Parts: sequence; structure tokens; C-alpha cells
Amino acid sequence: MYRYDEFDHAFVAERVAQFKDQVERRVSGDISEDAFKPLRLMNGVYLQLHAYMLRVAVPYGTLSPVQMRKLAHIARTYDRGYGHFTTRQNIQFNWPKLSDIPTILEELASVEMHAIQTSGNCIRNVTTDQFAGAAADEIADPRPYAEILRQWSSVHPEFSFLPRKFKIAVTGAPTDRAAIQVHDIGLQIVKNDDGDIGFKVYIGGGQGRTPMIAKKVRDFLPEADLLSYTTAIMRVYNLNGRRDNKYKARIKILVHETGLEELKSQIEAEWQHLKDTELKLPQNDIEAILTYFAAPKLADRAEGWGELAQWKKADQSFSNWVQQNVGPHQHPDYGTVTISLKPIGGVPGDATDAQMDLVADLAEEFGNDEIRVTHEQNLVFPHVAFADLEPLYRALKSNGLATGNVGLVTDIIACPGLDYCALANARSIPVAQEISNRFGNAERQKTIGELKIKISGCINACGHHHVGHIGILGVEKKGAELYQITLGGSADENTSVGKIMGPGFEPHEITDAIEKVVDTYLQLRKADDESFIEAYRRLGMEPFKTALYGEKTTA
Amino acid sequence: MTSKVLTANRLLDGVSVWLNGQGQWCEQLAQAFIARHEEAVSALQDTGKKAVSDNLVVDVAVIDVKETEQGIWPTRLRERIRSHGPSVAYGYEAVVLEQTQAA
Repeated sequence: MYRYDEFDHAFVAERVAQFKDQVERRVSGDISEDAFKPLRLMNGVYLQLHAYMLRVAVPYGTLSPVQMRKLAHIARTYDRGYGHFTTRQNIQFNWPKLSDIPTILEELASVEMHAIQTSGNCIRNVTTDQFAGAAADEIADPRPYAEILRQWSSVHPEFSFLPRKFKIAVTGAPTDRAAIQVHDIGLQIVKNDDGDIGFKVYIGGGQGRTPMIAKKVRDFLPEADLLSYTTAIMRVYNLNGRRDNKYKARIKILVHETGLEELKSQIEAEWQHLKDTELKLPQNDIEAILTYFAAPKLADRAEGWGELAQWKKADQSFSNWVQQNVGPHQHPDYGTVTISLKPIGGVPGDATDAQMDLVADLAEEFGNDEIRVTHEQNLVFPHVAFADLEPLYRALKSNGLATGNVGLVTDIIACPGLDYCALANARSIPVAQEISNRFGNAERQKTIGELKIKISGCINACGHHHVGHIGILGVEKKGAELYQITLGGSADENTSVGKIMGPGFEPHEITDAIEKVVDTYLQLRKADDESFIEAYRRLGMEPFKTALYGEKTTA
Repeated sequence: MTSKVLTANRLLDGVSVWLNGQGQWCEQLAQAFIARHEEAVSALQDTGKKAVSDNLVVDVAVIDVKETEQGIWPTRLRERIRSHGPSVAYGYEAVVLEQTQAA
């Protein structure tokens, strides 16, 4: 993985010192809250309902065991013994004291981490496929390009005060696991007829109060033009994006109001000035970054095939776990392992300091020293030999980390909601817990098959409800929580935005309503292998609506 | 008039606090000073502004409450959660070791 050079170390150390001074001046009363707030936000410090919250960047979701141990140490020493992995592949600490945060940032800097640009109207953490560099279907590893974008966008003077925040996602595989079409810029690595690497470029996707699917602006952007073309997009957005209304300030609104063809021509015109400048990526620079992400040397471990078959035969729950949580790897003797942070009835995305330490240890023992955070709020070991799956499973199981539910109905995305978040209107976590408990039976989950439920506690959609096969949006109505259900969302290569079913449900009704939707799907699916989203796309909303609200409301 | 209390988050650690009858910021809503008429509300607002300018607290707000036999009950769920903490267990109390997913 990427290692800081001298410049990186000096830059992060300088920022920590700067923020330390700002906190000291705030505490002593030399600067007001109005002056301090934008400074703390630039360093990832929010004020939530009960305390400050520190959001730490995990660049493109990649962590080393040393970094994971540091996160565990921070959780244990400065927080309440846990952290929350987010849909932006980052981690949040919910209880740090403001006075401790400079020290926490010093600790993070010692393992090449920081919280810069995890808030504010700037280019945020670039996200990517959690199986980058490992997935069997990958054309090229997206992380080097995410790293190039990270370096270019870090405190970029021109793009630090954009009309609104800006999110870029990169996928290196045709199967989109990075949800690129709901990002401000989505990049998909492709190869042209000559075998050259390039990018399909999408712009203007996003969720929030106005969900939009990104529009394609280029079929093939040559690798060397990544930064010049991205700069052209950013410039057009920075100049023309609305600053009069924060709800209309994202690039998706600019795309919508300007029209794709006009905007494309503006971007192309800007690019003509940039494409042959210093922004053109020299091949040796690309290669230098690529070397940081060289695949680990994986020894052949063919013995794992036979062992795996035997272990699966002997233990049904292990077999279920392998089926759901282990994916295809580029090396035939290896798999990608997803560690579910969705235990039945648990808090989605949360991990204790002990669990983080254990994950770090196991990554060293079985995972070739690599850990990933997924936007679905799980962790991943991208390179695990089949021969190591059983001992890995045993170690995870004894610590509540071996739930075999990845992609199933209990693998729920949920934002922190009104239990923590100052912006939320309704709780998300207890809704996720109740649904998880209702569907917790392993056989039942297997029968239902792939089903993605995503829950947000407000319209900002941190819980990605718009792109849930079943989405749940919590709102406040007459002082009480109410939950709207959407159906048909998806955040893969066939991205779609869910449609609202009808009137919302009170907290005590929402799990029954979800169960009715799921039961309706089970009754109406053509075959056991027709997934929920496939069945919904064939059947449409009506049969689900009728099941939930009766004939009258659908007339 | 709806009864009101003054709440904020403490500058140093961000913890939710309420103003008590002695003019101190305390961590328990139960100890909050209740304003039952306009003059008292106005005094709360003034106290809040001063506490912000004295750099003791941030995000100061006057909130609606009901006085019940069980004590002070904020009208909005948001404020009830602020005063009682997350409605769900967290950290070690939330760890699920044994899976309930056996068939």
C-alpha cells in the first residue's frame, strides 16, 4: 500500500500542529466558535448530539494492521472503546473530547493517517472497490488512480472551497462494487481495443434530497489524462455550480439544469486548455504509484481446495459463511473474505477496540497484512488462502465477527441516525436491529437470497436508502418518527433510484411492513434464483403496494 | 406557556449540558432550571448568549419541555435522546457474540 514520503509526513505534521494551535486558541477564548467551526470541520471534527465526533479518513478504504491497531488504541484511550465504520469507507469516533483531538491527530499521523478533508466543501476521501487488487473480475487495480486523485486533491488551492462537497469513486471491475454512479464523479477502468488502460467517466450522480444517477461524459479517457480531465470537470463545476442554495449546489444539479450536452462541451473546451499541461500524467509517475500497490507475493496453496471441501462438509455454519462471505480471487488458491460488522441484532458498522485489534492480528496471520473497509460497513481481507479459511473463521467466530450474511437481508447499511447525529430526524440503528433480529435465522436468509436494505435517518441519505433494494427513510412527522419505504434502488452497474411505496410507518410497524414486502417477493418470484431486485424489476411496484396497503390505495 | 429549559454542549468535551437553578451547566436534564414565563425565558436566552461568549458552551438552545410526575420530559425526541444518551446499547454492551441464526 501507499507509504508517505517526506513531503507527506511534513504536510500532515504541519496540519496537526496548526490544528493544535487552533484548539488551544479556541479553548483559551482567543477565537470564537464562528471562527473555529470551519477550522474544526476541515479537520474532521463535528459536534453531534452528545459529544464531538471525529471522522478519520481511510483512503480508498485501505488499512494496514498497524493502522487498525492505532484506531483500536484511539477508541480505547480517547473514546468509549469502539468506532463506527461508515458508508464512505471511513471511521468515526463518537465521543472524543475537543481537548484530546490534537493528540489523537498526532497519534494518527504516526501511522500515516489523518482527518483532513473528511468534511467541508472540498474533494472528500476517494472511494473504491473493497476487493481492489484481488477481485477475479478486475481489469486493473483502481487504488493507484485513487491515490493519484488523493494527492492531487489534498488541499488543492483551487478546489478547497467548492460550492458543495465533492465525492469521487473509482472501480476497476465491470461489476461495480463502489457505487460509482451515485458519486459526483464516477470512474470505471476500461481497456480500449489496443489494450490501453483508460476510464469511462460519469458525472453528476448523488443521493441526498435530490437523488440522481450519474451521466456518462466519456467512454474512454486515456490514463494519462486523468488529472487534466478531472480538473476540467472541477473547474466548470466550481465556476458554474450554484452557491445561492446549498440544496442545489452539488454538481448533479448543475448537470440537470445545464443539460448534459452543453456541460460536456464546456468540460471539453476547458480540457483543451489543460490536456497538454503539467497535469498530463507522466508514465514514470504512474508506474511509481503502481509499485506501491503491487500485489503481495501469494504462494501457491493448492492443499486448501481439499481441506476446504472437508471443513464445509463437517460444519454447516462454516459452509454458510464461506458461501456468503468469501469471494473469487485472482489467484485460484485464494479468496476475498468479508468480515461482517452486522451481527444479528447488532449495530451496523460498529467494532470494539478488541475486535479491531483482533482483525489487525488476523490480517497479519492470514491476510497478507491488508485490511479494507467497505462502503457497506464491513471489513475485508482481500487475500486469504483457502487453506487458512477455517482457522480464520474460528478466530472471528469467537469474537462475534463471523456472521455469514454478506449481501443478505441482515447485511443492512444504517447511518448513525438520531441516536448520534445532529442532522437526523429519526433513528436508524434500532430499526436495523429489529429487522436483523426478525430475519436472523440463517435458513430464512438463505431462502430470501440477495437483498440489500439501507436505512437513513434523514434525507441526506448517509445510509444510502435511495439505492437500497429496500430503502427506509426516517422522517419526523408531528414530533414522531415515521419511516418511508422505497423499493427498487440499486448501486451497482445497473444503478437505479428506489421509488416511494406510499404512506410511512410508525416505528412499531416498520419491521412488519418490511416482512410483508419480503414475503410478497417470496410468493411472486419466478424461481428461487430470481433475486428480489430482479423480481421487482419484472413485477413493478403494484403487487408490493397491494400487499402492504390493500387494493383501495392502489386503485 | 410551554415550559422551557436551556441546553448546550460544553466547549471542552462536547457533552450535552443544561443550565440549573444556580446558573451552572450540569450534565443531568433533571436538574435543569425550568422557565415558566416569558421573563424567565428571556433570562435563559441572555444567560446562553453570555455562556457562548465566555467560551463555556456551544450550540446553545432553549427547548420545550413538559413537567411530568417522572420529571422533565423534552417535547422533541431529539432532545430526549440528547438527555438520555443513545437509545441503543453501544460499544462492549452492544457486542453480539453468539449468533441467533441457527436454523
